[in-house]
Amino acid sequence: MDKVLMKGNEAIAEAAIRAGCRHFFGYPITPQTEISAYMARRMPKIGGTFLQAESEVAAINMVYGAAGAGVRAMTSSSSPGISLKSEGISYIAGADLPCVIVNIVRAGPGLGGIQPAQSDYFQAVKGGGHGDYRMIVVAPSSIQEIVDSTFLAFDLADKYRMPVMLMGDGMLGQMMEPVAFPDTTGVKLPEKEWATTGTKKMRKPNIINSLYIQPDELEALIKNRWKKYIEIEQNEVRFEAEGTEDAEIILVAYGATARIVKAAIKKARENGIKAGLIRPITLWPFPSDVISAAAKKVKAILCVEMSMGQMVEDVRLSAAGACPVHFYGRTGGVVPIPADVYDEIRRYV
Amino acid sequence: MAIVFQKPKALSDVPLHYCPGCTHGIVHRLVAEVIDELGIEGSTIGVAPVGCAVFAYNYFNCDMQEAAHGRAPAVATGIKRANPENIVFTYQGDGDLAAIGTAETVHAAARGENITIIFINNAIYGMTGGQMAPTTLVGQVTQTSPYGRKVEAQGYPIRMSEMLSTLEGPSYIKRCSVDSIKNINDTKRAIKKAFQNQIDKKGFSLVEVLSTCPTNWGLSPVEALDWLRENMIPHYPLGTYKDIDAEQKA
Amino acid sequence: MAKVKFNENACKGCELCTVVCPKKIVVMAKDRLNQKGFHPAQVIEMEKCIGCAFCATICPDVVITVEK
Repeated sequence: MDKVLMKGNEAIAEAAIRAGCRHFFGYPITPQTEISAYMARRMPKIGGTFLQAESEVAAINMVYGAAGAGVRAMTSSSSPGISLKSEGISYIAGADLPCVIVNIVRAGPGLGGIQPAQSDYFQAVKGGGHGDYRMIVVAPSSIQEIVDSTFLAFDLADKYRMPVMLMGDGMLGQMMEPVAFPDTTGVKLPEKEWATTGTKKMRKPNIINSLYIQPDELEALIKNRWKKYIEIEQNEVRFEAEGTEDAEIILVAYGATARIVKAAIKKARENGIKAGLIRPITLWPFPSDVISAAAKKVKAILCVEMSMGQMVEDVRLSAAGACPVHFYGRTGGVVPIPADVYDEIRRYV
Repeated sequence: MAIVFQKPKALSDVPLHYCPGCTHGIVHRLVAEVIDELGIEGSTIGVAPVGCAVFAYNYFNCDMQEAAHGRAPAVATGIKRANPENIVFTYQGDGDLAAIGTAETVHAAARGENITIIFINNAIYGMTGGQMAPTTLVGQVTQTSPYGRKVEAQGYPIRMSEMLSTLEGPSYIKRCSVDSIKNINDTKRAIKKAFQNQIDKKGFSLVEVLSTCPTNWGLSPVEALDWLRENMIPHYPLGTYKDIDAEQKA
Repeated sequence: MAKVKFNENACKGCELCTVVCPKKIVVMAKDRLNQKGFHPAQVIEMEKCIGCAFCATICPDVVITVEK
């Protein structure tokens, strides 16, 4: 496979197209606007649809309509825009529609900043929208992994008929690295007989809906959907573990932060400290088992995020008191540096 | 003897939940009659956003999508762009189209999105029990304008058909009413032309239908028709506000 | 001769049909209630019906079928 140097945002767009996405609805917001710009160039050439909507709210609802009509649809935005989409995401989950939503996270809250951050973890994983629902959240940490995660996101969305979020950050979106795209010749997209494509007067009408006025009917539907979520928690957890077998301290970090932590771990190892990394790739379903197992063996866990500490709560839940779970974070768009992470490691060993 | 009038096939057998005398039911039937007459039941997809007519997804015999409040034109855009050969319509109330969904309405129109919007203007929020709508008339009493709509506090009602007709995108915009047999038949002709425009790919079409809300207007269904004639039609003049066919001929 | 049929239990007693009938033969049946508890609309002098379907046109609940 030949490699091509690509910016993160554009790699997402190209991967989506190669994964069969022909309908993208976007809206400008730094640091992910290149996704829309790329789609604007490519989609018309391949008979696809790129539409810059009037708002992120409209865009997510265009995705709702297109996904309900059976096509692979995607939208992308950054933090404030994702907040605007949260109602739509809840509707998409409530109507069991498959789609991919990209969040290239920037510093918040409010207008915040445009530099990278990870302060949308709660919004993504704990459900930014209303009601009982979950959303698969995939957090790549390299441009190649961004490409692979985009394919994965579309496949999981269709497999489980639900929204899947691809979560990057301003750094990953703007970084360039060589990537290779998987060969997709002969890959057929799944049939969607539930979609609203027109009855052709040959079947009963399909209805895409999340409104259920009868409480017991709605509860039954939600409980049924929960079986799917439990299955996902059992089968779809993805993470990377490095140097954890002999580790006395394990760091937990995801996305771009995990690469900075790897540099700090390398320095620690060079100085005789046995440090390891657990890098969640799926933020939901969260890799709690591997963390709870590790917590029983190590002196401490250090969670590092570009936020004031959000994933650390799930790490603490997973560790369940088996070892102390510390946190080190920078936020506001400040990116931690390996030396600072290394200093933190030394505090706890 | 032959049947000259019966329930259209595109209207399902599910009894309508609307209040007695609510003219939503008439417009539902007109849309279904048009779908039957144009033979498009198999390729039509309707979008029912939040409002009294959200349950329309149970009332039409074609594929339907329920949409978030105000977002039907965006949902319809997604459906249309996914399968452009499908006929896509939205059925929206005045709160949905002219308040929370104003941006979606204006931009679908500005894009000339090839969809058909049925816009029910009854100057009130019905489903939630009679609150002021963007089309509530000055002085009209509602639950949230209990002393009558005051301009200095709540501004003016919006004439959507006129506003949207200033855009190049729409191919057809007409305001009708279902207060009389003549006007009901005229409404049906307008709905049929709007759907035909979509079939002929002429772009965005919208039919605004002045409609009653007896329950929340606090009137009997028959009185409500009179109230509509005496109060709404003067403020919302009936007529065609955009018709690219007429423009081309002129 | 024309004829109208009322699906009586679908009627919500809104009376709209009674005001548009040109022959004034559509009236509310004050003597009974339908399943919904409304006085249903009915035609009393069917022979006067001209099959114009005005009643059916304004009915919001598709209660009326017209034959001619």
